[in-house]
Amino acid sequence: MSILDGILGGRAAEQQPPRVCKKCGTEIPYRDCAANHCICTVCGAYFRMRAAERLDETADAGSFQEIDKKLRGKNPIGFPDYQAKLEKAESASGLNEGVVCGTAKIGGNDCGLFIMDSAFMMGSMGTAVGEKITRLFEKAAAMNLPVVGFITSGGARMQEGMFSLMQMAKVSGAVKRHSDAGNLYIAVLTDPTTGGITASFAMQGDIIIAEPKALIGFAGQRVIEQTTGEKLPAGFQRSEFLLEHGFIDMIEERPRIPYTLAKLLSLHRRNAAGA
Amino acid sequence: MGQAENKTAYERVQAARSGKRPMGAYYIEHMIDDFVELHGDRRYADDPAIIGGIGYINHIPVTVIAMERGDTIEERMRRHFGCPKPEGYRKALRLMKEAEKFHRPVICLIGSSGAYCGIDAEERGQGEAIAENLFEMMGLKTPVISVVVGEGGSGGALALGVCDTAVMLENAVYSVISPEGCATILWKDASKAAEAAEHLRLTSYDLLQFGIIEKLIPEEGKSDREICSELKHFLLAEIGRLSKLSPEELLSARYEKFRKIGA
Repeated sequence: MSILDGILGGRAAEQQPPRVCKKCGTEIPYRDCAANHCICTVCGAYFRMRAAERLDETADAGSFQEIDKKLRGKNPIGFPDYQAKLEKAESASGLNEGVVCGTAKIGGNDCGLFIMDSAFMMGSMGTAVGEKITRLFEKAAAMNLPVVGFITSGGARMQEGMFSLMQMAKVSGAVKRHSDAGNLYIAVLTDPTTGGITASFAMQGDIIIAEPKALIGFAGQRVIEQTTGEKLPAGFQRSEFLLEHGFIDMIEERPRIPYTLAKLLSLHRRNAAGA
Repeated sequence: MGQAENKTAYERVQAARSGKRPMGAYYIEHMIDDFVELHGDRRYADDPAIIGGIGYINHIPVTVIAMERGDTIEERMRRHFGCPKPEGYRKALRLMKEAEKFHRPVICLIGSSGAYCGIDAEERGQGEAIAENLFEMMGLKTPVISVVVGEGGSGGALALGVCDTAVMLENAVYSVISPEGCATILWKDASKAAEAAEHLRLTSYDLLQFGIIEKLIPEEGKSDREICSELKHFLLAEIGRLSKLSPEELLSARYEKFRKIGA
């Protein structure tokens, strides 16, 4: 649990407060929750995972080498109160920004890995998040490594204005170059994945996996209801809805995801068939 | 600096949204000769919010992709107020690929509050359609010039905005979120949109200063025809410049244009 100790708001796993299930209301000691992949031990609902928790159960022990850890958001348009908001997000999340990037092994397979964390301003993408993910794809392309991305985000970060919107194009360029060089990109969509992230790298994976019942969409549900006056169908914009409509490859239960990733990475090993 | 302060940000938002402001169809009519409209995404439908086709700008064949909201209320209903659906973005990409095949430059005209917001658009993958355009446009081996002529509404605008040269008309705006949406999130009060508009730095002057666009076409004191003529003049010069680049040089410059933003 060394990774968890370091990153979870600076507190050791033992000192983490219990988690309360939003679905059934049960209070679960943190240790039990983490041991159960952050899934409610009573009703099976998924808690949102912190980047450190995801890393802990995804990457082979000791294999993760973080890059650009110190990269922080700036305030490129001088948006009021944004600097204070960033500082608050830092101390609340124990992170410098909304994504953790690095290289790792998953089931013995080398890859570039990025994990977004909704505890930092809902995982929204400003220049720092865009820059970190771009650098990861560039590094992976230079090293001929596949990229695995765990995605959760409210979308482009409003407080950085058009600089945020342009990160969608910037990251897309890096994903394209990585792809054109014959490298694999697997996107794992988790709750919630919305707005400009859905409209860019979340939907650009060669293979797209989603956790069960994750909210995945472009427009916000309330906005759609208010704009159209229509009642949203049950299960709208959930993983199952996207699978049915042909936009994701598969839904995987959280505990199985690392094994599925290992299998897919192994199938794409670039020297596997002498290629 | 005087020109930049002639209007408040929100006055420019209102100008960009004005029902009297020309949109895509007007620019096609006045800049492009022998325009032939091409319909449909070959997947699902034709989206009337986007007009696509080919024609000449002076004597150069170009592909034009233009958002259009329509003038009459009937036409606005038919074009769903210029907010493109996934099939609109897919039609745009199809025509851009065609332009690449025939070595035609692409001109995108942007003016819409954003991508269409509705159950059907989500069912058909609004996010995926935009994502695919961003991805493919980054590798399109023909010059792309995007012009924001009205409201450049977030991801729905960017889906036609991955380009070699980004242009804005003076009173166009380009924003990550609508000022109303921003005010609602910040202060739970959409009526503070004017204040939000200032903070978002969404005017052509702001974005030119930030290096997010390359060119601003002045409007002050000019008729629509004069603005159109100046835009055409710029497009011709820019097509000339970009057409001299090899595909590798073009794509490398396009990559760097976006790569440097927030680096």
